[in-house]
Amino acid sequence: MLRLAARPDKDEMDPEQLIACPACDVLHRDQEVAKHAVARCARCGTVLAAPKSGAMTRIAMLSLTALILLAAAAGFPFLELQAQGLSHRASVLDAVLAFSRGPMAPLSLATGLLIVLLPAARYGALVYTLAPMALGWHPAPHAAAVYRWAEWLKPWAMAEIFIIGVAVALVKVSGLARVGLGPAFWAFAALLVVTILTDSTICRLTVWKTLKTRRGS
Amino acid sequence: MENPEDPPRFLTAAEAGLTGCRTCGAVNPGGAQTCYSCRSELTPPSAASLQRVWAWLAAGLIAYVPANIYPMLRTTTFGRASENTLIGGIAELFSHGSYGVAFIVFFASIVIPVAKFLAIGYLAVSVRRPATLGSHGRLVLYEVVEFIGRWSMIDVFVVAILTALVQLDFAAAVFPGIAAVSFALSVAFTMLAAQSFDPRLIWNAEKREYE
Repeated sequence: MLRLAARPDKDEMDPEQLIACPACDVLHRDQEVAKHAVARCARCGTVLAAPKSGAMTRIAMLSLTALILLAAAAGFPFLELQAQGLSHRASVLDAVLAFSRGPMAPLSLATGLLIVLLPAARYGALVYTLAPMALGWHPAPHAAAVYRWAEWLKPWAMAEIFIIGVAVALVKVSGLARVGLGPAFWAFAALLVVTILTDSTICRLTVWKTLKTRRGS
Repeated sequence: MENPEDPPRFLTAAEAGLTGCRTCGAVNPGGAQTCYSCRSELTPPSAASLQRVWAWLAAGLIAYVPANIYPMLRTTTFGRASENTLIGGIAELFSHGSYGVAFIVFFASIVIPVAKFLAIGYLAVSVRRPATLGSHGRLVLYEVVEFIGRWSMIDVFVVAILTALVQLDFAAAVFPGIAAVSFALSVAFTMLAAQSFDPRLIWNAEKREYE
């Protein structure tokens, strides 16, 4: 694993051979880490490298799956309401347009971004940068900028939070009317699982290191 | 402390006159503006960045006030209109016996936002003052705040879903209230406050203790 570079000699201070912990700035010597080993910061324990065999392939495949699920989730209705002989179906697009009347229109745009567009952009960016890595190719043009963007988008991609919102809405409405689950509900539920799997597989610093080495070779 | 003569001393990039990249961990020469490896903007750990944290936090707090005062939902059932505030909605869920869901909504829209305001404020203050919580504890606190903050959006999505779903003309219809906008803004602003906080500052106080 990485050794701590406290009180280093002058010749050990080549910045290219060092790695700084993103959470606490402590310098470490950037050494090769064995597959499935985890290298942590000596001071704060933040993961500095966690290479896994096939991780790039797995992330690229999961992201592709997520993109397909997102398309299904956005198109099909997710809930159907029946009461007094009336029925009403709602798709994600309806939920996005819920705020579109009146002064709350910007919130409509924000909802659309948070639950459909930004998750799609993030997964698209992950496929774009990591699929060439998985295939052993050189990074795609502007791969660094696109991956940086994917990392930046991560907290704002809220598709998996939306499904919890659907569950809460389901309970709120269930006393008032009969509610049926649409295909999009299951697509979102699957998306929740895929998102958790993707996020637990990605090791940010390892991806950056792979991008860096592949660019050089 | 095994050996008080020689405390475990860690050399940081900033102390070595270098700049570490918070995005990819690459070490850049001091004074560099963009990271050579990932090309992100480099910011040396500096307490000046706390200004941005305080600004976003204040914006989040201000937006949280109308989110609690004004109605989140307007419901019309058979011509009768009723309005629900954030707290009112939770109380209604609770009175219907949906304790589990009432708890989730209460947690997401009251407990998490308030705890976040306190936690970010505490982290920002503790950079300049001796903190009661150790550096490791504060890093965990920071990571929890970053991870959990976005889940507060649940309530905004619930309003959007109910509005889209409950449109049965005269029988029942739901419309969004203005509080949904201020609540969404409050969540976004506090997320930005958490993102503006540089966790590397947590360890500055520790450095002072050693020297």
